[in-house]
Amino acid sequence: MAVTMKDVQFDVRDGGSFIFERAGEFRIFTPEDFTDEQQQMRAVALRFAEEEVLPRIVDIEAKKPGLMRELLEKAGELGLLMLDVPQKYDGLEQDKTTTMLITESLTRCASFAVSLGAHVGIGSLPLVYFGTVEQKTKWLPRLATGELIAAYALTEPGSGSDALAAKTRAVLSDDGTHYVLNGTKQWITNAGFADLFTVFAQIPSDKGDQFTAFLVERDSPGLTIGTEEHKHGITGSSTCPLILDDVKVPVDNVLGTIGKGHRIAFNILNVGRARLGIGSIGAARYALKLATGYAAERKQFGKSLDTFGLIRAKLGSMAAAIYAGEALGYRTAGLIDRKYHALEELSPGPDDDDFQKAVEEFTIEASILKVHGSEALDFVADEALQIHGGYGYMTEYPIERVSRDARINRIFEGTNEINRLLLAATVLKRGMKQRIPLMQKFQAISASLKKGEEPTFEPVGDALVDEQRQVHRMKHAALFAIYQAVQRYMMKIEEQQEILGAFADMMIEVFAADSAIARTLQYGDGPLASFYADCTTLTVEHARDEVFTLAKRVLAAALPGDKLATGLDQLAVLDHWRAVDVFGVRERLAATVIDAGGWPGI
Amino acid sequence: MKILVAFKRVIDPDARIKLTADRSGVDTDSVEYKANPFCENALEEALQIAEEHDGEVVLVSAGGPDIDKTIRAGLALGAERAIRVEIEDTVLDSDLAARVFAAVYKEEEPDIFFFGKQAIDSDNNQCGQLVAEYLGLPQACFASEVVIDDDGEVATVTREVDGGLETIALTLPAVITADLRLNTPRFAKLPDIMKAGRKTIDVMDLDDLDIEDTALKIELVSLEEPSARQAGVKVGSIDELVDKLKNEARAL
Repeated sequence: MAVTMKDVQFDVRDGGSFIFERAGEFRIFTPEDFTDEQQQMRAVALRFAEEEVLPRIVDIEAKKPGLMRELLEKAGELGLLMLDVPQKYDGLEQDKTTTMLITESLTRCASFAVSLGAHVGIGSLPLVYFGTVEQKTKWLPRLATGELIAAYALTEPGSGSDALAAKTRAVLSDDGTHYVLNGTKQWITNAGFADLFTVFAQIPSDKGDQFTAFLVERDSPGLTIGTEEHKHGITGSSTCPLILDDVKVPVDNVLGTIGKGHRIAFNILNVGRARLGIGSIGAARYALKLATGYAAERKQFGKSLDTFGLIRAKLGSMAAAIYAGEALGYRTAGLIDRKYHALEELSPGPDDDDFQKAVEEFTIEASILKVHGSEALDFVADEALQIHGGYGYMTEYPIERVSRDARINRIFEGTNEINRLLLAATVLKRGMKQRIPLMQKFQAISASLKKGEEPTFEPVGDALVDEQRQVHRMKHAALFAIYQAVQRYMMKIEEQQEILGAFADMMIEVFAADSAIARTLQYGDGPLASFYADCTTLTVEHARDEVFTLAKRVLAAALPGDKLATGLDQLAVLDHWRAVDVFGVRERLAATVIDAGGWPGI
Repeated sequence: MKILVAFKRVIDPDARIKLTADRSGVDTDSVEYKANPFCENALEEALQIAEEHDGEVVLVSAGGPDIDKTIRAGLALGAERAIRVEIEDTVLDSDLAARVFAAVYKEEEPDIFFFGKQAIDSDNNQCGQLVAEYLGLPQACFASEVVIDDDGEVATVTREVDGGLETIALTLPAVITADLRLNTPRFAKLPDIMKAGRKTIDVMDLDDLDIEDTALKIELVSLEEPSARQAGVKVGSIDELVDKLKNEARAL
């Protein structure tokens, strides 16, 4: 099945299918596919960030009262808050690729981007996807303009990653008209000024606790907003506890189905993860720009920093990380969009759960995007600060703030550890359930490696053939290694967190390398062709090192002494280092980045 | 009240440009285009006047279909429709452009014809003046303030001239060219960007405008990049400095 989006035909793919496909086999969505309209929207977001937000960064960081709310309202006037809201409720109902693009353009000021993201994303999306017509009519149009601001209240002092262990209680009143909520939520973004909270609580019943979402208005009696937290980064965003003391919430404000709150909580987090991953790449591009600018200006030993080899090497590596992040990020957004459009065609109707299905389908990819994006940003921001030397450590240079702001991305919306476990377990679970052909692939790989033969490889087209072959090998190596672990631990593999973590890391590297290749093949011979090809070579080379190191570790952990040597021999069939002049590639990348004064792409 | 705004696209002023190998022009292979900033000031002023005087703003530009992207950006800001005169923008000089615009003026008969004071690519600063000349209209160039009277008959324009300001009154219709300090162009709103896709861009060609003479009066001979700045030197004493200023720089 195929879906036509913006005049381009895209194949509809299933979640996790990249593991079994050839790199570049199916058309993916890339930044090169943005329409003029999307680019104009991005230009508005970028200008808003540059002219309205960044000049007030000192006041924002000091949490000047009223300022964040004022900026959100201004963003609302421009329509920056209505992208995800259905047209029926006065929104723009744009594809995820568009909302990701806007998010990414704002993350150069993360305090603002996080506040905006918490409002339009985790704050408003529960209502968009799970609200009744009455609930949507009541709140959505005003959320779309920024007249009302939303927040999402899941975390509690005792339950972070273990979200379903929340202790907040909701008890139905004797007359059955409302629930009475008691408990404490903490670290609630936008809490300082939000008007509408999606609060998760347990409804006690004979069948046990029923985890349920409620829409709670700020002025509800008994609802108190605690004091602002003092944070390491994103200091301009509002983060407060929510104290619920006999808060009466009308039964009409129950969001979704009673006892199905986890579906809302996790589905919304999936979207949030994708948004966070791409947002991180936007911030990384900003860090690259700051680093490139500084390296051009700063002179030591009579020469600009950007003429020194170790500085240039950093710029080259940063560029490759950004390239892969964009490639896998927009690929994922495009996959979700396409699946959603395909499901819509099968069962048209605005108020069904097509979108949730589409998001659930790409749990693996969304988690990869979250982990890869946030870690790519940490790497890029850290290297950018390093290029600034001592000045980068001083608060007057913006890279200092960017580097502090980066850190939270590895923690919120599901820690990177939780996301690693989630994505690895999802691959295995879908394999067991035959949703993806994992078991067949396990056996085919084993059979082929036992014979000392490489699995057959057919390149897609005649460009980047070596890189394609390496990714092909990486996929097989990852599956071979995890298969050995699955055979040893069977169902108990879920307790082997380090093995699952290694498998997740291999999947992340594979998806990044695969996406970089696909993007470059699709790009053809445009003006940046050699730059994109170099980014891809570097990404694949880095991924290959990682994957084979991890595969060996998994084998060493999973195979008993007498079988380990055989296992390693079989893995070695796939393990071929191809002589890549990494230094030369980085040097060429750096030259292009320096010439462009930052990221050279669109 | 109808206001016509000449709207030109230029190479992104923030982009680093390179010359083609033969130095006949700028390498446009991977450049981004934007609206000329002065044209954005002109459009902003037109929109403000139209809002106050219940008017219609129409954009006019000259070029191939690839300039539609820039035109749509202008439509997203609030212009109601646009006219694109089909011509390769590389074969225009200020004079031919002015004759094209003058012909469009005759079709549209607006009350005000706004231009940017100059386009930041070739910096000619001629088009608005030439249009006024060809049409026999009053002109106010380098406007930093424009006030239209309640009857929509007179424009009072403050002009930035050397060493000060000059305020003049013009009987409409007139040509006004915008300076940077005239206003701050608004942000496009996202819903308007989407609506702009459905607005009309009428395409006319030179035949439609009865322009037969397409000969250019200016020929671009060659372009040179600015020479690289020479490295400075440190001097050891005031005497050495004076000596160098006298004998090497010949500044004293």
